[in-house]
Amino acid sequence: FLGAGGGNDIQWCFSQVKGAVDDDVAEADIISTVEFNHSGELLATGDKGGRVVIFQQEQENKTQSHSRGEYNVYSTFQSHEPEFDYLKSLEIEEKINKIRWLPQKNAAQFLLSTNDKTIKLWKISERDKRPEGYNLKEEDGRYRDPTTVTTLRVPVFRPMDLMVEASPRRIFANAHTYHINSISINSDYETYLSADDLRINLWHLEITDRSFNIVDIKPANMEELTEVITAAEFHPNSCSTFVYSSSKGTIRLCDMRASALCDRHSKLFEEPEDPSNRSFFSEIISSISDVKFSHSGRYMMTRDYLSVKIWDLNMENRPVETYQVHEYLRSKLCSLYENDCIFDKFECCWNGSDRQVEFLSLIVMTGSYNNFFRMFDRNTKRDITLEASRENNKPRTVLKPRKVCASGKRKKDEISVDSLDFNKKILHTAWHPKENIIAVATTNNLYIFQDKMN
Amino acid sequence: QDAQKDGAVSPERAEEAKLKAKYPNLGHRPGGSDFLMKRLQKGQKYFDSGDYNMAKAKMKNKQLPSAGPDKNLVTGDHIPTPQDLPQRKSSLVTSKLAG
Repeated sequence: FLGAGGGNDIQWCFSQVKGAVDDDVAEADIISTVEFNHSGELLATGDKGGRVVIFQQEQENKTQSHSRGEYNVYSTFQSHEPEFDYLKSLEIEEKINKIRWLPQKNAAQFLLSTNDKTIKLWKISERDKRPEGYNLKEEDGRYRDPTTVTTLRVPVFRPMDLMVEASPRRIFANAHTYHINSISINSDYETYLSADDLRINLWHLEITDRSFNIVDIKPANMEELTEVITAAEFHPNSCSTFVYSSSKGTIRLCDMRASALCDRHSKLFEEPEDPSNRSFFSEIISSISDVKFSHSGRYMMTRDYLSVKIWDLNMENRPVETYQVHEYLRSKLCSLYENDCIFDKFECCWNGSDRQVEFLSLIVMTGSYNNFFRMFDRNTKRDITLEASRENNKPRTVLKPRKVCASGKRKKDEISVDSLDFNKKILHTAWHPKENIIAVATTNNLYIFQDKMN
Repeated sequence: QDAQKDGAVSPERAEEAKLKAKYPNLGHRPGGSDFLMKRLQKGQKYFDSGDYNMAKAKMKNKQLPSAGPDKNLVTGDHIPTPQDLPQRKSSLVTSKLAG
Protein backbone atom coordinates (compact mmCIF):
# COMPACT_ATOMS: atom_id res chain seq x y z
CA PHE A 1 0.00 0.00 0.00
CA LEU A 2 1.70 3.06 -1.29
CA GLY A 3 0.41 5.53 1.26
CA ALA A 4 1.55 3.84 4.41
CA GLY A 5 4.80 2.30 3.35
CA GLY A 6 5.93 4.60 0.68
CA GLY A 7 9.18 4.74 -1.23
CA ASN A 8 11.17 2.31 0.80
CA ASP A 9 8.44 -0.24 1.07
CA ILE A 10 8.14 -0.51 -2.64
CA GLN A 11 10.61 -3.17 -3.65
CA TRP A 12 11.94 -2.15 -7.00
CA CYS A 13 13.10 -4.88 -9.38
CA PHE A 14 14.67 -4.71 -12.77
CA SER A 15 12.22 -5.44 -15.56
CA GLN A 16 13.70 -4.42 -18.92
CA VAL A 17 16.42 -2.36 -20.55
CA LYS A 18 16.27 -0.90 -24.07
CA GLY A 19 19.11 0.38 -26.20
CA ALA A 20 22.63 -0.51 -27.24
CA VAL A 21 25.12 -2.09 -24.89
CA ASP A 22 28.23 -0.49 -26.30
CA ASP A 23 29.89 2.39 -24.52
CA ASP A 24 30.49 4.42 -27.63
CA VAL A 25 27.35 6.51 -27.67
CA ALA A 26 26.37 8.35 -30.83
CA GLU A 27 25.03 11.87 -30.14
CA ALA A 28 21.76 11.03 -31.83
CA ASP A 29 21.08 8.19 -29.39
CA ILE A 30 21.13 10.39 -26.31
CA ILE A 31 17.66 10.18 -24.77
CA SER A 32 16.19 13.62 -24.18
CA THR A 33 12.68 12.94 -22.88
CA VAL A 34 10.55 10.10 -21.47
CA GLU A 35 6.78 10.16 -20.95
CA PHE A 36 4.01 7.66 -20.17
CA ASN A 37 0.60 8.31 -21.71
CA HIS A 38 -2.47 8.80 -19.49
CA SER A 39 -3.29 5.11 -19.19
CA GLY A 40 0.32 4.01 -18.87
CA GLU A 41 -0.11 1.59 -21.72
CA LEU A 42 2.26 3.59 -23.91
CA LEU A 43 5.72 4.91 -23.09
CA ALA A 44 7.35 7.43 -25.42
CA THR A 45 11.00 8.48 -25.65
CA GLY A 46 12.57 11.25 -27.67
CA ASP A 47 16.24 11.57 -28.52
CA LYS A 48 18.84 14.02 -29.71
CA GLY A 49 18.49 12.70 -33.24
CA GLY A 50 14.90 13.92 -33.40
CA ARG A 51 13.42 10.42 -33.22
CA VAL A 52 10.50 9.22 -31.15
CA VAL A 53 10.18 5.59 -30.03
CA ILE A 54 6.91 4.43 -28.48
CA PHE A 55 6.67 1.25 -26.42
CA GLN A 56 3.42 -0.54 -25.63
CA GLN A 57 2.72 -2.60 -22.56
CA GLU A 58 1.69 -6.18 -23.25
CA GLN A 59 -1.72 -7.19 -22.05
CA GLU A 60 -1.35 -8.72 -18.61
CA ASN A 61 -0.75 -12.41 -18.82
CA LYS A 62 -3.32 -14.04 -16.60
CA THR A 63 -1.15 -17.09 -16.00
CA GLN A 64 1.95 -15.14 -15.10
CA SER A 65 0.85 -13.12 -12.14
CA HIS A 66 4.42 -12.34 -11.15
CA SER A 67 4.90 -9.43 -13.40
CA ARG A 68 3.00 -6.84 -15.23
CA GLY A 69 3.21 -6.72 -18.99
CA GLU A 70 6.47 -5.93 -20.70
CA TYR A 71 6.96 -2.94 -22.91
CA ASN A 72 7.69 -3.65 -26.55
CA VAL A 73 8.30 -1.35 -29.49
CA TYR A 74 5.00 -0.11 -30.89
CA SER A 75 6.01 2.67 -33.24
CA THR A 76 9.06 4.73 -34.13
CA PHE A 77 9.34 7.77 -36.34
CA GLN A 78 11.45 10.80 -37.16
CA SER A 79 9.69 13.70 -35.48
CA HIS A 80 12.05 16.58 -36.17
CA GLU A 81 14.96 17.20 -38.50
CA PRO A 82 17.92 19.55 -38.19
CA GLU A 83 17.39 22.93 -39.78
CA PHE A 84 19.45 26.02 -40.46
CA ASP A 85 17.86 29.43 -40.21
CA TYR A 86 19.90 31.42 -42.71
CA LEU A 87 18.27 34.70 -41.77
CA LYS A 88 19.36 34.48 -38.16
CA SER A 89 22.45 32.32 -38.69
CA LEU A 90 20.97 29.87 -36.29
CA GLU A 91 21.37 26.13 -36.30
CA ILE A 92 18.19 24.47 -35.10
CA GLU A 93 18.75 21.16 -33.35
CA GLU A 94 16.40 18.30 -33.99
CA LYS A 95 16.63 17.16 -30.40
CA ILE A 96 13.21 16.40 -28.90
CA ASN A 97 12.98 18.53 -25.77
CA LYS A 98 9.59 17.35 -24.57
CA ILE A 99 6.80 14.92 -25.41
CA ARG A 100 3.33 15.31 -23.95
CA TRP A 101 0.46 12.91 -24.61
CA LEU A 102 -3.10 14.00 -25.20
CA PRO A 103 -5.80 12.08 -23.36
CA GLN A 104 -7.27 9.46 -25.62
CA LYS A 105 -10.54 10.44 -27.30
CA ASN A 106 -10.86 7.78 -29.98
CA ALA A 107 -8.98 4.80 -31.35
CA ALA A 108 -5.92 6.83 -32.27
CA GLN A 109 -3.33 8.23 -29.90
CA PHE A 110 -2.02 11.79 -30.12
CA LEU A 111 1.11 13.35 -28.75
CA LEU A 112 2.85 16.70 -28.94
CA SER A 113 6.59 16.65 -29.49
CA THR A 114 8.80 19.70 -29.62
CA ASN A 115 12.35 20.69 -30.46
CA ASP A 116 13.81 24.16 -29.82
CA LYS A 117 11.53 25.92 -32.28
CA THR A 118 8.64 23.83 -33.57
CA ILE A 119 5.90 21.81 -31.89
CA LYS A 120 4.22 18.99 -33.78
CA LEU A 121 1.02 17.08 -33.11
CA TRP A 122 1.46 13.45 -34.10
CA LYS A 123 -1.33 10.97 -34.65
CA ILE A 124 -0.48 7.34 -34.00
CA SER A 125 -3.08 4.97 -35.39
CA GLU A 126 -3.41 1.26 -35.88
CA ARG A 127 -4.42 -0.49 -39.00
CA ASP A 128 -5.26 -4.15 -38.59
CA LYS A 129 -7.60 -4.75 -41.47
CA ARG A 130 -7.75 -3.76 -45.09
CA PRO A 131 -10.39 -3.84 -47.76
CA GLU A 132 -10.12 -6.66 -50.23
CA GLY A 133 -12.14 -7.70 -53.22
CA TYR A 134 -12.41 -4.54 -55.24
CA ASN A 135 -14.12 -4.88 -58.55
CA LEU A 136 -11.85 -2.65 -60.58
CA LYS A 137 -8.53 -3.23 -58.85
CA GLU A 138 -6.34 -6.28 -58.37
CA GLU A 139 -5.08 -7.05 -54.90
CA ASP A 140 -1.71 -5.49 -55.75
CA GLY A 141 -3.34 -2.23 -56.80
CA ARG A 142 -3.19 -2.56 -60.55
CA TYR A 143 -6.34 -1.64 -62.36
CA ARG A 144 -8.35 -4.37 -63.98
CA ASP A 145 -9.59 -4.08 -67.48
CA PRO A 146 -13.30 -3.32 -67.01
CA THR A 147 -14.23 -5.55 -69.90
CA THR A 148 -12.95 -8.57 -67.98
CA VAL A 149 -15.34 -7.97 -65.11
CA THR A 150 -18.20 -10.39 -65.36
CA THR A 151 -19.59 -10.36 -61.83
CA LEU A 152 -19.77 -7.78 -59.10
CA ARG A 153 -18.81 -8.28 -55.49
CA VAL A 154 -18.84 -6.16 -52.37
CA PRO A 155 -15.34 -5.49 -51.00
CA VAL A 156 -14.89 -6.73 -47.45
CA PHE A 157 -12.44 -5.92 -44.66
CA ARG A 158 -10.01 -8.72 -44.00
CA PRO A 159 -7.54 -8.85 -41.12
CA MET A 160 -3.93 -7.95 -41.81
CA ASP A 161 -0.76 -7.77 -39.74
CA LEU A 162 -0.96 -4.85 -37.37
CA MET A 163 0.55 -1.73 -38.80
CA VAL A 164 1.10 1.31 -36.62
CA GLU A 165 1.31 4.59 -38.48
CA ALA A 166 2.49 7.93 -37.21
CA SER A 167 1.51 11.03 -39.12
CA PRO A 168 2.05 14.71 -38.32
CA ARG A 169 -1.39 16.32 -38.04
CA ARG A 170 -0.42 19.83 -37.00
CA ILE A 171 2.79 21.80 -37.12
CA PHE A 172 3.00 24.76 -34.76
CA ALA A 173 5.90 26.78 -36.07
CA ASN A 174 7.43 30.24 -36.09
CA ALA A 175 6.18 31.36 -32.70
CA HIS A 176 9.38 31.15 -30.71
CA THR A 177 12.44 33.33 -31.07
CA TYR A 178 14.18 31.57 -28.20
CA HIS A 179 14.52 27.91 -27.30
CA ILE A 180 11.42 26.00 -26.26
CA ASN A 181 11.91 24.25 -22.92
CA SER A 182 8.35 23.19 -22.04
CA ILE A 183 4.97 22.27 -23.44
CA SER A 184 1.94 21.61 -21.28
CA ILE A 185 -1.57 20.58 -22.25
CA ASN A 186 -4.40 22.39 -20.53
CA SER A 187 -7.06 20.55 -18.54
CA ASP A 188 -9.57 21.80 -21.11
CA TYR A 189 -7.88 19.45 -23.57
CA GLU A 190 -8.24 22.09 -26.26
CA THR A 191 -5.33 24.39 -25.63
CA TYR A 192 -1.72 24.04 -24.62
CA LEU A 193 1.19 26.30 -23.74
CA SER A 194 4.74 26.36 -25.04
CA ALA A 195 7.47 28.18 -23.16
CA ASP A 196 10.88 29.40 -24.33
CA ASP A 197 13.57 31.29 -22.42
CA LEU A 198 11.69 34.56 -22.46
CA ARG A 199 8.12 33.96 -23.59
CA ILE A 200 5.15 31.69 -23.14
CA ASN A 201 2.57 31.15 -25.87
CA LEU A 202 -0.92 29.71 -25.75
CA TRP A 203 -2.14 27.58 -28.66
CA HIS A 204 -5.33 25.89 -29.67
CA LEU A 205 -4.66 22.32 -30.76
CA GLU A 206 -6.65 22.83 -33.96
CA ILE A 207 -5.07 26.14 -34.98
CA THR A 208 -1.52 26.44 -36.23
CA ASP A 209 -1.40 29.88 -37.77
CA ARG A 210 -2.09 31.76 -34.58
CA SER A 211 -0.79 31.76 -31.06
CA PHE A 212 -1.37 34.05 -28.10
CA ASN A 213 1.58 35.38 -26.16
CA ILE A 214 0.70 35.15 -22.47
CA VAL A 215 4.04 35.85 -20.80
CA ASP A 216 6.86 38.03 -22.08
CA ILE A 217 9.82 38.72 -19.82
CA LYS A 218 12.13 40.06 -22.48
CA PRO A 219 13.60 43.34 -21.24
CA ALA A 220 13.61 46.34 -23.57
CA ASN A 221 17.35 46.39 -23.25
CA MET A 222 18.92 42.94 -23.36
CA GLU A 223 21.76 44.17 -21.20
CA GLU A 224 19.24 44.21 -18.38
CA LEU A 225 18.45 40.52 -18.72
CA THR A 226 18.70 38.88 -15.32
CA GLU A 227 16.58 35.79 -15.53
CA VAL A 228 15.03 33.38 -18.01
CA ILE A 229 12.07 31.01 -17.98
CA THR A 230 13.17 27.45 -17.33
CA ALA A 231 9.91 25.45 -17.18
CA ALA A 232 6.16 25.93 -17.32
CA GLU A 233 3.09 23.82 -16.61
CA PHE A 234 -0.67 24.15 -16.58
CA HIS A 235 -2.55 23.42 -13.36
CA PRO A 236 -4.08 19.92 -13.53
CA ASN A 237 -7.63 21.11 -12.76
CA SER A 238 -7.86 24.85 -13.15
CA CYS A 239 -7.78 25.65 -16.85
CA SER A 240 -6.88 29.30 -16.37
CA THR A 241 -3.91 28.70 -14.07
CA PHE A 242 -0.33 27.91 -14.95
CA VAL A 243 3.09 28.29 -13.36
CA TYR A 244 6.53 29.05 -14.73
CA SER A 245 9.90 28.74 -13.06
CA SER A 246 13.01 30.84 -13.55
CA SER A 247 16.78 30.59 -13.57
CA LYS A 248 16.78 32.53 -10.29
CA GLY A 249 14.85 29.87 -8.41
CA THR A 250 11.46 31.57 -8.39
CA ILE A 251 8.10 30.24 -9.49
CA ARG A 252 5.30 32.47 -10.68
CA LEU A 253 1.69 31.40 -10.76
CA CYS A 254 -0.47 33.19 -13.31
CA ASP A 255 -4.18 33.37 -13.95
CA MET A 256 -5.20 33.95 -17.54
CA ARG A 257 -8.47 35.49 -16.42
CA ALA A 258 -6.60 38.41 -14.86
CA SER A 259 -5.33 39.82 -18.13
CA ALA A 260 -4.39 38.87 -21.65
CA LEU A 261 -0.70 39.24 -20.95
CA CYS A 262 0.19 37.55 -17.69
CA ASP A 263 3.38 39.46 -16.99
CA ARG A 264 2.10 40.26 -13.53
CA HIS A 265 1.98 37.11 -11.52
CA SER A 266 -0.81 36.19 -9.16
CA LYS A 267 1.63 34.49 -6.82
CA LEU A 268 5.40 34.49 -6.53
CA PHE A 269 7.03 31.54 -4.81
CA GLU A 270 10.51 32.19 -3.57
CA GLU A 271 12.54 30.89 -0.68
CA PRO A 272 14.39 33.69 1.09
CA GLU A 273 18.13 33.38 0.75
CA ASP A 274 20.60 33.82 3.55
CA PRO A 275 22.82 36.61 2.20
CA SER A 276 25.77 35.46 4.25
CA ASN A 277 25.73 32.17 2.38
CA ARG A 278 25.70 33.71 -1.04
CA SER A 279 28.47 32.68 -3.42
CA PHE A 280 29.29 32.79 -7.08
CA PHE A 281 27.39 29.53 -7.47
CA SER A 282 24.26 30.43 -5.54
CA GLU A 283 22.23 31.65 -8.44
CA ILE A 284 23.36 28.93 -10.81
CA ILE A 285 22.42 26.12 -8.44
CA SER A 286 19.13 27.76 -7.54
CA SER A 287 18.01 27.67 -11.18
CA ILE A 288 14.91 25.49 -11.40
CA SER A 289 15.17 22.79 -14.05
CA ASP A 290 11.70 21.28 -13.69
CA VAL A 291 8.33 22.03 -12.11
CA LYS A 292 5.50 19.52 -11.66
CA PHE A 293 2.09 19.95 -10.07
CA SER A 294 0.88 17.25 -7.71
CA HIS A 295 -2.10 15.21 -8.86
CA SER A 296 -4.57 17.30 -6.87
CA GLY A 297 -2.96 20.57 -7.86
CA ARG A 298 -2.62 21.58 -4.23
CA TYR A 299 1.15 21.23 -4.30
CA MET A 300 3.94 21.60 -6.83
CA MET A 301 7.45 20.29 -6.86
CA THR A 302 10.55 22.02 -8.22
CA ARG A 303 13.99 20.63 -8.97
CA ASP A 304 17.09 22.74 -8.69
CA TYR A 305 20.66 21.51 -8.97
CA LEU A 306 21.01 20.01 -5.51
CA SER A 307 17.48 19.56 -4.21
CA VAL A 308 13.78 18.95 -4.76
CA LYS A 309 11.34 21.33 -3.07
CA ILE A 310 7.65 20.84 -2.45
CA TRP A 311 5.53 23.97 -2.38
CA ASP A 312 2.03 24.44 -1.06
CA LEU A 313 0.22 26.72 -3.49
CA ASN A 314 -1.18 28.56 -0.49
CA MET A 315 2.25 29.49 0.83
CA GLU A 316 4.54 31.64 -1.26
CA ASN A 317 7.32 32.48 1.11
CA ARG A 318 8.98 29.11 1.42
CA PRO A 319 8.65 25.48 0.38
CA VAL A 320 6.90 23.10 2.78
CA GLU A 321 9.47 20.37 2.24
CA THR A 322 13.00 20.21 0.86
CA TYR A 323 14.81 17.01 -0.08
CA GLN A 324 18.55 16.90 -0.72
CA VAL A 325 19.35 14.90 -3.81
CA HIS A 326 23.14 14.94 -3.64
CA GLU A 327 24.26 17.47 -1.07
CA TYR A 328 27.81 16.05 -1.20
CA LEU A 329 28.22 17.87 -4.50
CA ARG A 330 28.19 21.22 -2.76
CA SER A 331 31.87 20.86 -2.02
CA LYS A 332 32.57 19.95 -5.65
CA LEU A 333 30.94 22.95 -7.28
CA CYS A 334 34.19 24.32 -8.62
CA SER A 335 34.93 21.28 -10.76
CA LEU A 336 31.26 20.84 -11.64
CA TYR A 337 31.33 24.38 -12.98
CA GLU A 338 34.49 23.68 -14.97
CA ASN A 339 33.06 20.57 -16.62
CA ASP A 340 29.68 22.26 -17.15
CA CYS A 341 27.82 19.67 -15.08
CA ILE A 342 26.51 22.45 -12.87
CA PHE A 343 24.24 23.36 -15.79
CA ASP A 344 22.70 19.88 -16.09
CA LYS A 345 18.92 20.01 -16.08
CA PHE A 346 17.45 17.25 -13.96
CA GLU A 347 13.74 16.49 -14.11
CA CYS A 348 11.57 15.18 -11.31
CA CYS A 349 8.31 13.28 -11.10
CA TRP A 350 5.61 12.16 -8.72
CA ASN A 351 4.43 8.61 -8.08
CA GLY A 352 1.41 7.53 -10.08
CA SER A 353 -1.90 7.37 -8.27
CA ASP A 354 -2.16 4.05 -6.56
CA ARG A 355 -5.22 1.92 -7.10
CA GLN A 356 -6.29 2.31 -3.50
CA VAL A 357 -5.14 5.79 -2.80
CA GLU A 358 -6.22 8.04 -5.59
CA PHE A 359 -4.58 11.33 -6.36
CA LEU A 360 -2.09 11.42 -3.54
CA SER A 361 1.34 12.62 -4.46
CA LEU A 362 3.50 10.99 -1.87
CA ILE A 363 6.74 9.97 -3.51
CA VAL A 364 9.21 12.04 -5.43
CA MET A 365 11.66 10.59 -7.95
CA THR A 366 14.59 12.33 -9.55
CA GLY A 367 17.93 11.48 -11.14
CA SER A 368 21.54 12.07 -10.19
CA TYR A 369 25.02 11.09 -11.43
CA ASN A 370 26.71 7.71 -11.77
CA ASN A 371 23.38 6.42 -13.12
CA PHE A 372 21.91 6.79 -9.65
CA PHE A 373 18.35 7.92 -9.09
CA ARG A 374 16.65 8.92 -5.88
CA MET A 375 13.22 8.57 -4.31
CA PHE A 376 11.81 10.45 -1.35
CA ASP A 377 8.78 9.40 0.66
CA ARG A 378 6.93 12.43 1.96
CA ASN A 379 5.19 10.48 4.70
CA THR A 380 8.01 8.52 6.24
CA LYS A 381 10.71 11.03 5.23
CA ARG A 382 12.82 8.09 4.14
CA ASP A 383 14.79 8.14 0.94
CA ILE A 384 16.55 5.63 -1.23
CA THR A 385 19.24 5.67 -3.90
CA LEU A 386 19.08 3.11 -6.68
CA GLU A 387 21.23 2.49 -9.71
CA ALA A 388 20.27 1.88 -13.33
CA SER A 389 22.87 -0.56 -14.49
CA ARG A 390 23.01 -3.67 -16.58
CA GLU A 391 24.72 -5.41 -13.69
CA ASN A 392 21.43 -5.50 -11.82
CA ASN A 393 19.80 -7.47 -14.58
CA LYS A 394 17.94 -10.21 -12.80
CA PRO A 395 14.17 -9.80 -13.05
CA ARG A 396 12.37 -10.11 -9.71
CA THR A 397 15.57 -9.51 -7.77
CA VAL A 398 15.12 -6.46 -5.59
CA LEU A 399 17.51 -3.62 -6.41
CA LYS A 400 20.14 -3.00 -3.81
CA PRO A 401 20.19 0.52 -2.36
CA ARG A 402 23.33 2.54 -3.07
CA LYS A 403 25.15 4.89 -0.79
CA VAL A 404 27.60 7.67 -1.53
CA CYS A 405 30.29 8.36 1.01
CA ALA A 406 30.72 12.11 1.19
CA SER A 407 33.85 12.17 3.27
CA GLY A 408 35.81 10.20 5.74
CA LYS A 409 36.17 6.49 5.77
CA ARG A 410 34.32 4.74 3.01
CA LYS A 411 32.38 1.71 4.14
CA LYS A 412 32.20 -1.42 2.06
CA ASP A 413 29.65 -1.10 -0.76
CA GLU A 414 29.73 2.66 -0.54
CA ILE A 415 31.07 4.73 -3.37
CA SER A 416 33.12 7.84 -2.77
CA VAL A 417 32.15 11.17 -4.32
CA ASP A 418 35.37 11.28 -6.31
CA SER A 419 34.60 7.96 -7.94
CA LEU A 420 31.25 9.08 -9.27
CA ASP A 421 30.98 9.11 -13.03
CA PHE A 422 29.60 12.53 -13.95
CA ASN A 423 29.08 11.47 -17.55
CA LYS A 424 26.46 8.99 -16.44
CA LYS A 425 23.57 11.30 -15.69
CA ILE A 426 19.96 10.41 -15.19
CA LEU A 427 18.09 13.53 -16.26
CA HIS A 428 14.78 11.98 -17.30
CA THR A 429 12.54 9.64 -15.33
CA ALA A 430 8.84 8.82 -15.53
CA TRP A 431 6.36 7.01 -13.29
CA HIS A 432 3.46 5.01 -14.69
CA PRO A 433 0.25 6.95 -13.93
CA LYS A 434 -1.47 4.01 -12.25
CA GLU A 435 1.03 1.37 -11.26
CA ASN A 436 4.41 1.06 -9.63
CA ILE A 437 6.33 0.90 -12.86
CA ILE A 438 9.05 3.45 -13.57
CA ALA A 439 11.04 4.34 -16.67
CA VAL A 440 14.55 5.66 -16.08
CA ALA A 441 16.70 7.00 -18.91
CA THR A 442 20.47 6.83 -18.72
CA THR A 443 22.44 8.50 -21.49
CA ASN A 444 21.32 6.13 -24.22
CA ASN A 445 19.46 3.33 -22.49
CA LEU A 446 15.94 3.10 -21.11
CA TYR A 447 15.44 1.04 -17.96
CA ILE A 448 12.08 -0.16 -16.75
CA PHE A 449 11.68 -1.18 -13.12
CA GLN A 450 8.62 -2.64 -11.43
CA ASP A 451 7.73 -3.26 -7.87
CA LYS A 452 8.03 -6.86 -6.77
CA MET A 453 4.60 -8.40 -6.69
CA ASN A 454 4.03 -10.88 -3.88
CA GLN B 1 22.00 23.12 4.80
CA ASP B 2 24.70 25.74 4.56
CA ALA B 3 25.39 25.76 8.26
CA GLN B 4 28.23 28.11 8.91
CA LYS B 5 30.28 27.33 11.94
CA ASP B 6 32.13 30.16 13.62
CA GLY B 7 35.15 30.94 11.53
CA ALA B 8 34.48 28.06 9.13
CA VAL B 9 33.78 28.81 5.51
CA SER B 10 30.74 27.23 3.91
CA PRO B 11 31.57 24.58 1.29
CA GLU B 12 30.13 26.81 -1.39
CA ARG B 13 32.35 29.73 -0.44
CA ALA B 14 35.38 27.45 -0.35
CA GLU B 15 34.54 26.26 -3.86
CA GLU B 16 34.12 29.86 -4.99
CA ALA B 17 37.56 30.69 -3.66
CA LYS B 18 39.00 27.75 -5.58
CA LEU B 19 37.37 28.97 -8.77
CA LYS B 20 38.53 32.54 -8.34
CA ALA B 21 42.05 31.29 -7.73
CA LYS B 22 41.98 29.47 -11.05
CA TYR B 23 40.24 32.20 -13.01
CA PRO B 24 41.04 35.58 -11.49
CA ASN B 25 39.29 37.41 -14.29
CA LEU B 26 35.97 35.73 -13.71
CA GLY B 27 33.06 38.11 -14.00
CA HIS B 28 32.11 39.96 -10.88
CA ARG B 29 28.45 39.34 -11.43
CA PRO B 30 27.71 36.04 -9.77
CA GLY B 31 25.96 33.55 -12.03
CA GLY B 32 23.92 35.89 -14.08
CA SER B 33 23.99 37.47 -17.44
CA ASP B 34 26.96 35.78 -19.04
CA PHE B 35 25.35 32.37 -18.79
CA LEU B 36 21.99 33.68 -19.79
CA MET B 37 23.33 35.33 -22.93
CA LYS B 38 25.22 32.16 -23.82
CA ARG B 39 22.04 30.17 -23.32
CA LEU B 40 20.02 32.49 -25.52
CA GLN B 41 22.62 32.35 -28.26
CA LYS B 42 22.80 28.58 -28.45
CA GLY B 43 22.95 27.45 -32.04
CA GLN B 44 24.38 30.69 -33.37
CA LYS B 45 26.75 30.11 -36.23
CA TYR B 46 28.60 32.69 -38.21
CA PHE B 47 26.92 33.08 -41.54
CA ASP B 48 25.77 36.38 -42.84
CA SER B 49 23.29 35.97 -45.66
CA GLY B 50 23.67 39.62 -46.56
CA ASP B 51 27.42 39.43 -46.96
CA TYR B 52 27.07 36.20 -48.84
CA ASN B 53 24.59 37.52 -51.34
CA MET B 54 26.50 40.77 -51.87
CA ALA B 55 29.67 38.84 -52.46
CA LYS B 56 27.89 36.53 -54.85
CA ALA B 57 26.57 39.53 -56.79
CA LYS B 58 29.97 41.17 -57.01
CA MET B 59 31.87 38.09 -57.96
CA LYS B 60 29.55 36.64 -60.54
CA ASN B 61 32.23 35.10 -62.64
CA LYS B 62 35.02 34.77 -60.18
CA GLN B 63 35.17 31.84 -57.83
CA LEU B 64 34.22 32.51 -54.24
CA PRO B 65 37.06 31.96 -51.79
CA SER B 66 36.22 28.93 -49.78
CA ALA B 67 36.93 28.03 -46.18
CA GLY B 68 40.32 26.78 -45.06
CA PRO B 69 40.92 23.29 -43.79
CA ASP B 70 39.26 24.00 -40.46
CA LYS B 71 35.61 23.85 -41.36
CA ASN B 72 34.56 25.07 -37.94
CA LEU B 73 36.27 28.39 -38.32
CA VAL B 74 34.33 30.25 -40.95
CA THR B 75 35.17 33.79 -39.96
CA GLY B 76 37.95 35.99 -41.31
CA ASP B 77 38.76 37.21 -44.78
CA HIS B 78 36.53 35.03 -46.81
CA ILE B 79 32.81 35.02 -47.20
CA PRO B 80 31.26 31.94 -45.63
CA THR B 81 29.00 29.93 -47.85
CA PRO B 82 26.26 27.51 -46.88
CA GLN B 83 28.59 24.75 -48.05
CA ASP B 84 31.21 25.78 -45.50
CA LEU B 85 28.88 25.26 -42.61
CA PRO B 86 29.08 21.81 -41.12
CA GLN B 87 26.44 19.70 -42.76
CA ARG B 88 23.91 18.31 -40.43
CA LYS B 89 22.00 15.39 -41.70
CA SER B 90 19.04 14.00 -39.86
CA SER B 91 19.31 10.55 -38.37
CA LEU B 92 17.98 8.24 -41.00
CA VAL B 93 18.99 5.29 -38.89
CA THR B 94 16.36 3.81 -36.62
CA SER B 95 16.88 4.45 -32.94
CA LYS B 96 18.74 1.70 -31.11
CA LEU B 97 15.97 1.73 -28.51
CA ALA B 98 13.77 0.14 -31.14
CA GLY B 99 16.33 -2.47 -32.01
